[in-house]
Amino acid sequence: MQAVINFVKSLFLLELFKGMALTGRYFFARKITVQYPDEKTPQGFRFRGLHALRRYPNGEERCISCKLCEAVCPALAITIEGTERTDANGQTSRRTSRYDIDLTKCIFCGFCEEACPVDAIVETHIFEYHGETRGDLLYTKQMLLANGDRYETEIAKNRALDAPYR
Amino acid sequence: MEAQFLQFFQSLLGAQWPLVEPIWPLVWAILQIVSILAPVVAAVAYLPYFERKVIAYMHVRIGPNRVGPAGLLQPIADALKLLFKEVIIPTKASKGLYILGPIMGLAPALVAWAVIPFDTGLVMADIDAGVLYLLAISSLGVYGIIISGWASNSKYAFLGAMRATAQMVSYEISMGMALIVVLMVSNSLNLSAIVAGQGRGMFADMGLGFLSWNWLPLLPMFMVFLISGVAETNRAPFDVVEGESEIVAGHMVEYSGMAFALFFLAEYANMILISAAVSIFFLGGWLSPVGFLPDGIWWLIAKISVILFLFLWFRASFPRYRYDQIMRLGWKVFLPLCFLWIVVIGTWMLTPLSIWK
Repeated sequence: MQAVINFVKSLFLLELFKGMALTGRYFFARKITVQYPDEKTPQGFRFRGLHALRRYPNGEERCISCKLCEAVCPALAITIEGTERTDANGQTSRRTSRYDIDLTKCIFCGFCEEACPVDAIVETHIFEYHGETRGDLLYTKQMLLANGDRYETEIAKNRALDAPYR
Repeated sequence: MEAQFLQFFQSLLGAQWPLVEPIWPLVWAILQIVSILAPVVAAVAYLPYFERKVIAYMHVRIGPNRVGPAGLLQPIADALKLLFKEVIIPTKASKGLYILGPIMGLAPALVAWAVIPFDTGLVMADIDAGVLYLLAISSLGVYGIIISGWASNSKYAFLGAMRATAQMVSYEISMGMALIVVLMVSNSLNLSAIVAGQGRGMFADMGLGFLSWNWLPLLPMFMVFLISGVAETNRAPFDVVEGESEIVAGHMVEYSGMAFALFFLAEYANMILISAAVSIFFLGGWLSPVGFLPDGIWWLIAKISVILFLFLWFRASFPRYRYDQIMRLGWKVFLPLCFLWIVVIGTWMLTPLSIWK
Protein backbone atom coordinates (compact mmCIF):
# COMPACT_ATOMS: atom_id res chain seq x y z
CA MET A 1 0.00 0.00 0.00
CA GLN A 2 2.80 2.37 0.94
CA ALA A 3 4.43 1.61 -2.42
CA VAL A 4 1.24 2.68 -4.22
CA ILE A 5 1.06 5.89 -2.19
CA ASN A 6 4.68 6.64 -2.95
CA PHE A 7 4.14 5.94 -6.64
CA VAL A 8 1.17 8.30 -6.80
CA LYS A 9 3.11 10.94 -4.86
CA SER A 10 6.04 10.81 -7.26
CA LEU A 11 3.84 10.54 -10.37
CA PHE A 12 1.95 13.72 -9.53
CA LEU A 13 5.12 15.47 -8.24
CA LEU A 14 3.32 16.20 -4.97
CA GLU A 15 6.46 16.73 -2.94
CA LEU A 16 7.97 18.96 -5.60
CA PHE A 17 4.87 21.15 -5.50
CA LYS A 18 5.12 21.27 -1.70
CA GLY A 19 8.70 22.47 -1.99
CA MET A 20 7.72 25.09 -4.53
CA ALA A 21 4.89 26.25 -2.28
CA LEU A 22 7.42 26.80 0.49
CA THR A 23 9.84 28.82 -1.64
CA GLY A 24 6.85 30.61 -3.15
CA ARG A 25 5.75 31.71 0.34
CA TYR A 26 9.23 32.97 1.15
CA PHE A 27 9.18 35.00 -2.07
CA PHE A 28 6.75 37.32 -0.32
CA ALA A 29 8.35 37.14 3.11
CA ARG A 30 9.90 40.23 4.69
CA LYS A 31 13.53 40.48 3.62
CA ILE A 32 16.12 40.40 6.38
CA THR A 33 19.15 41.73 4.51
CA VAL A 34 21.15 44.35 6.38
CA GLN A 35 22.45 46.84 3.83
CA TYR A 36 25.83 47.03 5.49
CA PRO A 37 27.45 50.38 4.83
CA ASP A 38 24.11 52.15 5.34
CA GLU A 39 22.73 49.94 8.09
CA LYS A 40 24.63 48.14 10.82
CA THR A 41 23.69 45.44 13.23
CA PRO A 42 24.07 46.22 16.97
CA GLN A 43 27.43 45.31 18.51
CA GLY A 44 27.92 43.63 21.85
CA PHE A 45 30.29 45.15 24.42
CA ARG A 46 32.40 41.99 24.24
CA PHE A 47 33.03 42.44 20.52
CA ARG A 48 36.58 41.40 19.64
CA GLY A 49 37.95 43.62 16.91
CA LEU A 50 41.13 45.59 16.32
CA HIS A 51 43.65 45.47 19.20
CA ALA A 52 44.73 48.39 21.34
CA LEU A 53 47.21 48.98 24.18
CA ARG A 54 45.83 51.10 27.00
CA ARG A 55 47.45 53.65 29.32
CA TYR A 56 46.77 54.69 32.90
CA PRO A 57 45.23 58.12 33.42
CA ASN A 58 48.68 59.54 34.24
CA GLY A 59 49.87 58.56 30.76
CA GLU A 60 51.98 55.56 31.78
CA GLU A 61 51.57 52.39 29.72
CA ARG A 62 49.67 49.66 31.50
CA CYS A 63 51.67 46.85 29.93
CA ILE A 64 54.29 45.38 32.30
CA SER A 65 55.87 43.06 29.76
CA CYS A 66 54.76 39.91 31.60
CA LYS A 67 54.39 38.14 28.25
CA LEU A 68 51.28 36.19 29.33
CA CYS A 69 49.51 37.24 26.16
CA GLU A 70 52.46 36.15 24.07
CA ALA A 71 52.40 32.79 25.81
CA VAL A 72 48.66 32.26 25.53
CA CYS A 73 48.31 33.41 21.92
CA PRO A 74 47.30 30.28 19.98
CA ALA A 75 48.25 31.84 16.64
CA LEU A 76 51.69 33.05 17.85
CA ALA A 77 50.75 36.49 16.56
CA ILE A 78 52.27 38.49 19.44
CA THR A 79 55.98 39.30 19.83
CA ILE A 80 57.18 41.11 22.97
CA GLU A 81 60.58 42.30 24.09
CA GLY A 82 60.99 43.77 27.57
CA THR A 83 63.36 46.23 29.17
CA GLU A 84 63.86 48.10 32.43
CA ARG A 85 63.18 51.79 32.63
CA THR A 86 61.92 54.54 34.89
CA ASP A 87 58.16 54.93 34.71
CA ALA A 88 55.93 57.96 35.24
CA ASN A 89 56.01 57.45 39.05
CA GLY A 90 59.77 57.69 39.06
CA GLN A 91 60.23 54.02 39.92
CA THR A 92 62.29 51.50 37.98
CA SER A 93 59.94 48.99 36.37
CA ARG A 94 59.72 46.44 33.63
CA ARG A 95 58.21 47.75 30.39
CA THR A 96 58.03 46.64 26.79
CA SER A 97 60.48 47.87 24.22
CA ARG A 98 58.62 46.04 21.48
CA TYR A 99 55.04 44.85 21.23
CA ASP A 100 54.00 43.60 17.78
CA ILE A 101 50.76 41.94 16.77
CA ASP A 102 50.63 40.38 13.33
CA LEU A 103 46.97 40.78 12.38
CA THR A 104 47.40 38.41 9.45
CA LYS A 105 48.03 35.68 12.01
CA CYS A 106 45.59 36.82 14.71
CA ILE A 107 42.39 34.80 14.99
CA PHE A 108 40.65 37.30 17.29
CA CYS A 109 40.05 34.73 20.02
CA GLY A 110 40.40 37.30 22.81
CA PHE A 111 42.76 35.15 24.90
CA CYS A 112 45.30 38.00 25.12
CA GLU A 113 42.88 40.36 26.82
CA GLU A 114 41.72 37.56 29.13
CA ALA A 115 45.31 36.74 30.07
CA CYS A 116 46.32 40.33 30.69
CA PRO A 117 46.61 41.02 34.46
CA VAL A 118 46.57 44.82 34.01
CA ASP A 119 43.96 45.22 31.23
CA ALA A 120 46.64 46.57 28.92
CA ILE A 121 45.98 44.71 25.70
CA VAL A 122 42.31 44.85 24.71
CA GLU A 123 40.30 44.15 21.60
CA THR A 124 38.16 47.10 20.61
CA HIS A 125 34.83 47.26 18.81
CA ILE A 126 36.61 48.46 15.63
CA PHE A 127 36.26 46.00 12.77
CA GLU A 128 36.36 48.31 9.75
CA TYR A 129 40.07 48.63 9.03
CA HIS A 130 42.19 47.40 6.22
CA GLY A 131 45.72 47.14 4.96
CA GLU A 132 46.81 47.58 1.41
CA THR A 133 49.99 45.54 1.87
CA ARG A 134 50.87 42.79 4.30
CA GLY A 135 53.05 45.20 6.25
CA ASP A 136 50.04 47.40 6.99
CA LEU A 137 48.57 44.62 9.10
CA LEU A 138 51.66 44.22 11.29
CA TYR A 139 50.72 46.48 14.20
CA THR A 140 53.62 47.83 16.23
CA LYS A 141 53.58 49.13 19.81
CA GLN A 142 53.20 52.74 18.64
CA MET A 143 50.21 51.87 16.48
CA LEU A 144 48.56 49.85 19.24
CA LEU A 145 49.11 52.65 21.78
CA ALA A 146 47.69 55.12 19.30
CA ASN A 147 44.60 52.91 18.96
CA GLY A 148 44.29 52.86 22.73
CA ASP A 149 44.56 56.65 22.97
CA ARG A 150 42.01 57.18 20.23
CA TYR A 151 39.35 54.77 21.49
CA GLU A 152 39.97 54.99 25.26
CA THR A 153 36.47 56.28 26.08
CA GLU A 154 34.74 53.46 24.16
CA ILE A 155 37.12 50.84 25.56
CA ALA A 156 36.53 52.01 29.11
CA LYS A 157 32.77 52.07 28.59
CA ASN A 158 32.68 48.55 27.15
CA ARG A 159 34.84 47.19 29.92
CA ALA A 160 32.65 48.82 32.55
CA LEU A 161 29.61 47.17 30.94
CA ASP A 162 31.39 43.81 30.99
CA ALA A 163 32.70 44.15 34.55
CA PRO A 164 29.64 42.63 36.34
CA TYR A 165 30.12 39.38 34.42
CA ARG A 166 33.83 38.94 35.11
CA MET B 1 3.57 45.81 -44.07
CA GLU B 2 6.46 44.86 -46.33
CA ALA B 3 5.15 47.13 -49.11
CA GLN B 4 5.12 50.15 -46.77
CA PHE B 5 8.69 49.48 -45.67
CA LEU B 6 9.75 49.03 -49.30
CA GLN B 7 8.20 52.39 -50.16
CA PHE B 8 9.99 54.04 -47.27
CA PHE B 9 13.25 52.41 -48.31
CA GLN B 10 12.81 53.60 -51.89
CA SER B 11 12.03 57.14 -50.82
CA LEU B 12 15.13 57.01 -48.61
CA LEU B 13 17.47 56.10 -51.47
CA GLY B 14 15.53 57.57 -54.39
CA ALA B 15 13.21 55.36 -56.45
CA GLN B 16 15.42 55.61 -59.51
CA TRP B 17 18.32 53.87 -57.80
CA PRO B 18 18.57 50.61 -59.79
CA LEU B 19 19.81 48.38 -56.96
CA VAL B 20 16.73 48.83 -54.74
CA GLU B 21 14.79 45.90 -56.16
CA PRO B 22 17.57 43.27 -56.03
CA ILE B 23 18.83 44.08 -52.53
CA TRP B 24 15.40 44.58 -50.99
CA PRO B 25 14.93 40.92 -49.83
CA LEU B 26 18.23 41.12 -47.97
CA VAL B 27 17.34 44.45 -46.36
CA TRP B 28 13.90 43.17 -45.40
CA ALA B 29 15.37 40.02 -43.85
CA ILE B 30 17.88 42.02 -41.85
CA LEU B 31 15.11 44.34 -40.63
CA GLN B 32 13.11 41.33 -39.48
CA ILE B 33 16.11 39.71 -37.81
CA VAL B 34 16.96 42.90 -35.92
CA SER B 35 13.38 43.44 -34.81
CA ILE B 36 13.23 39.89 -33.41
CA LEU B 37 16.72 39.59 -31.96
CA ALA B 38 16.96 43.03 -30.35
CA PRO B 39 14.20 42.30 -27.80
CA VAL B 40 15.46 38.74 -27.36
CA VAL B 41 19.01 39.88 -26.60
CA ALA B 42 17.72 42.57 -24.26
CA ALA B 43 15.70 39.90 -22.46
CA VAL B 44 18.76 37.64 -22.33
CA ALA B 45 20.74 40.47 -20.74
CA TYR B 46 18.11 41.13 -18.09
CA LEU B 47 17.15 37.53 -17.33
CA PRO B 48 20.23 36.96 -15.10
CA TYR B 49 19.28 40.09 -13.17
CA PHE B 50 15.75 38.81 -12.62
CA GLU B 51 17.12 35.39 -11.77
CA ARG B 52 19.31 36.88 -9.07
CA LYS B 53 16.43 38.99 -7.77
CA VAL B 54 13.89 36.16 -7.74
CA ILE B 55 16.23 33.67 -6.12
CA ALA B 56 17.33 36.28 -3.60
CA TYR B 57 13.68 36.99 -2.70
CA MET B 58 13.07 33.28 -2.19
CA HIS B 59 16.17 33.21 0.04
CA VAL B 60 14.72 36.15 2.04
CA ARG B 61 17.47 38.41 0.67
CA ILE B 62 17.05 41.43 -1.62
CA GLY B 63 19.53 40.64 -4.39
CA PRO B 64 21.46 43.14 -6.52
CA ASN B 65 20.52 46.69 -5.51
CA ARG B 66 23.70 48.75 -5.78
CA VAL B 67 24.15 49.55 -9.49
CA GLY B 68 21.45 51.96 -10.56
CA PRO B 69 17.92 52.12 -9.11
CA ALA B 70 17.04 48.71 -7.63
CA GLY B 71 20.21 47.34 -9.26
CA LEU B 72 18.73 47.69 -12.74
CA LEU B 73 22.09 48.58 -14.29
CA GLN B 74 23.71 45.43 -12.91
CA PRO B 75 23.63 43.53 -16.25
CA ILE B 76 25.39 46.44 -17.95
CA ALA B 77 28.05 46.53 -15.25
CA ASP B 78 28.53 42.75 -15.56
CA ALA B 79 28.76 42.95 -19.34
CA LEU B 80 31.31 45.77 -19.19
CA LYS B 81 33.37 43.85 -16.67
CA LEU B 82 33.41 40.73 -18.84
CA LEU B 83 34.12 42.71 -22.00
CA PHE B 84 37.22 44.27 -20.51
CA LYS B 85 38.58 40.96 -19.27
CA GLU B 86 41.07 39.03 -21.32
CA VAL B 87 39.94 35.94 -23.22
CA ILE B 88 42.67 33.56 -22.13
CA ILE B 89 43.31 30.72 -24.57
CA PRO B 90 45.13 27.83 -22.89
CA THR B 91 48.45 27.00 -24.57
CA LYS B 92 47.48 23.48 -25.47
CA ALA B 93 43.91 24.30 -26.48
CA SER B 94 42.79 23.85 -30.05
CA LYS B 95 42.51 27.53 -30.83
CA GLY B 96 39.99 27.57 -33.68
CA LEU B 97 37.60 25.16 -31.99
CA TYR B 98 38.10 26.91 -28.66
CA ILE B 99 36.74 30.13 -30.16
CA LEU B 100 34.08 28.32 -32.15
CA GLY B 101 32.63 26.53 -29.10
CA PRO B 102 30.82 29.42 -27.40
CA ILE B 103 29.67 30.79 -30.76
CA MET B 104 28.18 27.42 -31.66
CA GLY B 105 26.46 27.46 -28.29
CA LEU B 106 24.80 30.83 -28.73
CA ALA B 107 23.99 30.83 -32.44
CA PRO B 108 21.38 28.03 -32.49
CA ALA B 109 19.51 29.61 -29.60
CA LEU B 110 19.13 32.79 -31.66
CA VAL B 111 18.63 31.18 -35.08
CA ALA B 112 15.68 29.15 -33.82
CA TRP B 113 13.67 32.34 -33.30
CA ALA B 114 13.13 32.50 -37.07
CA VAL B 115 10.16 30.14 -36.91
CA ILE B 116 8.60 31.32 -33.64
CA PRO B 117 5.26 32.96 -34.47
CA PHE B 118 4.43 36.02 -32.35
CA ASP B 119 0.96 36.68 -33.65
CA THR B 120 -1.26 35.68 -36.56
CA GLY B 121 1.05 36.07 -39.56
CA LEU B 122 3.73 37.75 -37.46
CA VAL B 123 6.50 35.23 -38.06
CA MET B 124 9.75 35.59 -39.93
CA ALA B 125 9.75 32.20 -41.67
CA ASP B 126 6.30 30.62 -41.78
CA ILE B 127 7.63 27.24 -42.90
CA ASP B 128 5.52 24.10 -42.75
CA ALA B 129 8.32 22.10 -41.10
CA GLY B 130 8.65 24.58 -38.25
CA VAL B 131 8.69 21.95 -35.51
CA LEU B 132 11.38 19.95 -37.30
CA TYR B 133 13.43 23.12 -37.78
CA LEU B 134 13.10 23.96 -34.10
CA LEU B 135 14.16 20.47 -33.02
CA ALA B 136 17.03 20.36 -35.49
CA ILE B 137 18.40 23.76 -34.54
CA SER B 138 18.07 23.21 -30.80
CA SER B 139 19.97 19.92 -31.22
CA LEU B 140 22.86 21.87 -32.72
CA GLY B 141 23.42 23.56 -29.35
CA VAL B 142 25.04 20.33 -28.16
CA TYR B 143 27.91 20.91 -30.58
CA GLY B 144 28.86 24.14 -28.87
CA ILE B 145 29.25 22.28 -25.60
CA ILE B 146 31.10 19.24 -26.89
CA ILE B 147 33.40 21.37 -29.05
CA SER B 148 34.30 23.72 -26.20
CA GLY B 149 34.85 20.81 -23.82
CA TRP B 150 37.09 19.05 -26.33
CA ALA B 151 39.00 22.12 -27.45
CA SER B 152 39.85 23.19 -23.89
CA ASN B 153 42.19 20.20 -23.61
CA SER B 154 41.34 19.83 -19.93
CA LYS B 155 39.95 16.68 -18.37
CA TYR B 156 37.47 18.59 -16.21
CA ALA B 157 36.11 20.54 -19.15
CA PHE B 158 35.88 17.33 -21.13
CA LEU B 159 34.07 15.48 -18.32
CA GLY B 160 31.62 18.35 -18.03
CA ALA B 161 31.07 18.37 -21.77
CA MET B 162 30.42 14.62 -21.79
CA ARG B 163 27.88 15.00 -19.01
CA ALA B 164 26.15 17.90 -20.70
CA THR B 165 26.07 16.20 -24.07
CA ALA B 166 24.70 12.92 -22.81
CA GLN B 167 22.06 14.75 -20.81
CA MET B 168 20.98 17.03 -23.66
CA VAL B 169 20.82 14.21 -26.18
CA SER B 170 18.73 12.10 -23.79
CA TYR B 171 16.25 14.79 -23.01
CA GLU B 172 15.90 15.85 -26.63
CA ILE B 173 14.35 12.44 -27.27
CA SER B 174 11.72 12.98 -24.60
CA MET B 175 11.03 16.46 -25.97
CA GLY B 176 10.67 15.10 -29.48
CA MET B 177 8.34 12.36 -28.31
CA ALA B 178 6.22 14.85 -26.39
CA LEU B 179 6.03 16.95 -29.54
CA ILE B 180 4.85 13.95 -31.55
CA VAL B 181 1.69 13.94 -29.42
CA VAL B 182 1.26 17.65 -30.09
CA LEU B 183 1.66 17.02 -33.82
CA MET B 184 -0.90 14.24 -33.72
CA VAL B 185 -3.57 16.44 -32.21
CA SER B 186 -2.81 19.55 -34.27
CA ASN B 187 -2.19 17.67 -37.53
CA SER B 188 0.51 20.11 -38.60
CA LEU B 189 4.21 20.85 -38.26
CA ASN B 190 3.61 24.56 -38.77
CA LEU B 191 3.89 26.45 -35.50
CA SER B 192 1.24 29.02 -36.47
CA ALA B 193 -1.15 26.18 -37.30
CA ILE B 194 -0.40 24.49 -33.98
CA VAL B 195 -1.32 27.67 -32.12
CA ALA B 196 -4.41 28.22 -34.26
CA GLY B 197 -5.48 24.64 -33.60
CA GLN B 198 -5.45 25.32 -29.86
CA GLY B 199 -7.97 28.11 -30.33
CA ARG B 200 -10.66 25.67 -31.47
CA GLY B 201 -12.72 23.37 -29.30
CA MET B 202 -15.66 23.11 -26.95
CA PHE B 203 -14.18 25.37 -24.25
CA ALA B 204 -12.92 27.93 -26.74
CA ASP B 205 -16.47 28.26 -28.07
CA MET B 206 -17.65 28.84 -24.50
CA GLY B 207 -15.13 31.67 -24.13
CA LEU B 208 -12.79 29.70 -21.88
CA GLY B 209 -9.93 29.39 -24.36
CA PHE B 210 -7.31 28.41 -21.79
CA LEU B 211 -9.08 25.07 -21.23
CA SER B 212 -8.83 24.27 -24.94
CA TRP B 213 -5.07 24.68 -25.05
CA ASN B 214 -2.94 21.56 -25.31
CA TRP B 215 -1.75 21.67 -21.71
CA LEU B 216 -5.01 20.25 -20.34
CA PRO B 217 -5.70 17.25 -22.61
CA LEU B 218 -1.97 16.58 -22.92
CA LEU B 219 -1.11 17.38 -19.29
CA PRO B 220 1.49 14.58 -18.86
CA MET B 221 3.19 15.65 -22.08
CA PHE B 222 3.13 19.28 -20.91
CA MET B 223 4.96 18.29 -17.74
CA VAL B 224 7.38 16.06 -19.66
CA PHE B 225 8.14 18.82 -22.14
CA LEU B 226 8.58 21.47 -19.44
CA ILE B 227 10.86 19.30 -17.28
CA SER B 228 12.81 18.09 -20.31
CA GLY B 229 13.18 21.71 -21.29
CA VAL B 230 14.73 22.47 -17.92
CA ALA B 231 17.09 19.50 -18.35
CA GLU B 232 17.80 20.45 -21.95
CA THR B 233 19.03 23.89 -20.94
CA ASN B 234 21.16 22.35 -18.15
CA ARG B 235 19.35 24.37 -15.52
CA ALA B 236 18.89 23.52 -11.86
CA PRO B 237 17.94 20.90 -10.70
CA PHE B 238 19.60 19.26 -13.72
CA ASP B 239 22.74 21.42 -13.66
CA VAL B 240 25.26 18.64 -13.02
CA VAL B 241 27.28 20.19 -15.84
CA GLU B 242 28.38 22.96 -13.55
CA GLY B 243 27.91 21.25 -10.20
CA GLU B 244 30.14 23.41 -8.01
CA SER B 245 30.93 20.57 -5.65
CA GLU B 246 31.94 18.22 -8.46
CA ILE B 247 33.41 19.81 -11.59
CA VAL B 248 33.03 23.57 -11.07
CA ALA B 249 31.87 25.01 -14.39
CA GLY B 250 32.08 21.91 -16.57
CA HIS B 251 32.85 22.69 -20.19
CA MET B 252 33.23 26.42 -19.43
CA VAL B 253 35.97 25.95 -16.84
CA GLU B 254 38.82 27.14 -19.10
CA TYR B 255 36.95 30.11 -20.52
CA SER B 256 37.20 33.72 -19.38
CA GLY B 257 36.00 37.15 -20.39
CA MET B 258 33.48 37.50 -23.17
CA ALA B 259 33.91 33.88 -24.33
CA PHE B 260 32.66 32.81 -20.91
CA ALA B 261 29.87 35.35 -21.11
CA LEU B 262 28.73 33.82 -24.41
CA PHE B 263 28.00 30.55 -22.60
CA PHE B 264 25.85 32.44 -20.15
CA LEU B 265 24.06 34.26 -22.95
CA ALA B 266 23.51 30.90 -24.66
CA GLU B 267 22.06 29.39 -21.50
CA TYR B 268 19.62 32.25 -21.01
CA ALA B 269 18.76 32.48 -24.71
CA ASN B 270 17.97 28.77 -24.61
CA MET B 271 15.80 29.28 -21.55
CA ILE B 272 13.78 31.95 -23.33
CA LEU B 273 13.54 29.79 -26.43
CA ILE B 274 12.30 26.78 -24.47
CA SER B 275 9.79 29.00 -22.68
CA ALA B 276 8.57 30.26 -26.04
CA ALA B 277 8.29 26.68 -27.31
CA VAL B 278 6.31 25.61 -24.23
CA SER B 279 4.02 28.63 -24.67
CA ILE B 280 3.41 27.83 -28.33
CA PHE B 281 3.03 24.07 -28.12
CA PHE B 282 1.04 23.82 -24.91
CA LEU B 283 -0.15 27.22 -23.73
CA GLY B 284 -1.77 28.56 -26.87
CA GLY B 285 0.91 31.02 -27.99
CA TRP B 286 -0.62 34.44 -28.55
CA LEU B 287 -4.20 33.28 -27.84
CA SER B 288 -6.12 35.02 -25.11
CA PRO B 289 -7.08 32.77 -22.17
CA VAL B 290 -10.65 34.11 -22.07
CA GLY B 291 -13.03 35.01 -24.85
CA PHE B 292 -13.68 38.66 -23.98
CA LEU B 293 -10.01 39.72 -24.16
CA PRO B 294 -8.33 40.17 -27.56
CA ASP B 295 -5.54 37.87 -28.73
CA GLY B 296 -2.11 39.38 -29.21
CA ILE B 297 1.62 39.20 -28.84
CA TRP B 298 1.40 40.41 -25.25
CA TRP B 299 -0.19 37.09 -24.27
CA LEU B 300 2.81 35.25 -25.71
CA ILE B 301 5.17 37.53 -23.79
CA ALA B 302 3.19 36.98 -20.60
CA LYS B 303 3.25 33.21 -21.04
CA ILE B 304 7.00 33.21 -21.75
CA SER B 305 7.54 35.29 -18.61
CA VAL B 306 5.52 32.87 -16.48
CA ILE B 307 7.48 29.87 -17.76
CA LEU B 308 10.75 31.73 -17.18
CA PHE B 309 9.65 32.49 -13.63
CA LEU B 310 9.02 28.76 -13.20
CA PHE B 311 12.61 28.08 -14.33
CA LEU B 312 13.91 30.44 -11.64
CA TRP B 313 11.48 29.04 -9.09
CA PHE B 314 12.74 25.52 -9.77
CA ARG B 315 16.28 26.67 -9.25
CA ALA B 316 15.44 28.23 -5.89
CA SER B 317 13.50 25.16 -4.74
CA PHE B 318 15.13 21.90 -5.74
CA PRO B 319 18.44 20.26 -4.87
CA ARG B 320 20.58 18.98 -7.72
CA TYR B 321 19.84 15.55 -9.20
CA ARG B 322 22.49 12.88 -9.10
CA TYR B 323 23.74 12.10 -12.60
CA ASP B 324 22.40 8.54 -12.80
CA GLN B 325 19.05 9.80 -11.53
CA ILE B 326 18.92 12.30 -14.37
CA MET B 327 19.53 9.55 -16.88
CA ARG B 328 16.97 7.32 -15.18
CA LEU B 329 14.35 10.06 -15.31
CA GLY B 330 14.95 10.69 -19.00
CA TRP B 331 15.13 7.15 -20.25
CA LYS B 332 13.06 5.10 -17.82
CA VAL B 333 10.30 7.53 -16.87
CA PHE B 334 9.76 10.18 -19.53
CA LEU B 335 10.34 8.07 -22.61
CA PRO B 336 7.92 5.24 -21.63
CA LEU B 337 5.43 7.88 -20.50
CA CYS B 338 5.63 9.53 -23.93
CA PHE B 339 5.15 6.23 -25.75
CA LEU B 340 2.18 5.43 -23.53
CA TRP B 341 0.62 8.81 -24.14
CA ILE B 342 1.13 8.52 -27.90
CA VAL B 343 -0.94 5.33 -27.79
CA VAL B 344 -3.54 6.85 -25.45
CA ILE B 345 -4.01 9.96 -27.57
CA GLY B 346 -3.95 7.92 -30.79
CA THR B 347 -6.73 5.70 -29.45
CA TRP B 348 -8.65 8.71 -28.15
CA MET B 349 -8.50 10.37 -31.58
CA LEU B 350 -10.00 7.29 -33.23
CA THR B 351 -12.97 7.11 -30.86
CA PRO B 352 -16.11 9.23 -31.33
CA LEU B 353 -15.08 11.09 -28.15
CA SER B 354 -12.17 12.75 -29.94
CA ILE B 355 -11.98 16.48 -29.25
CA TRP B 356 -9.64 17.16 -32.18
CA LYS B 357 -11.53 17.17 -35.47
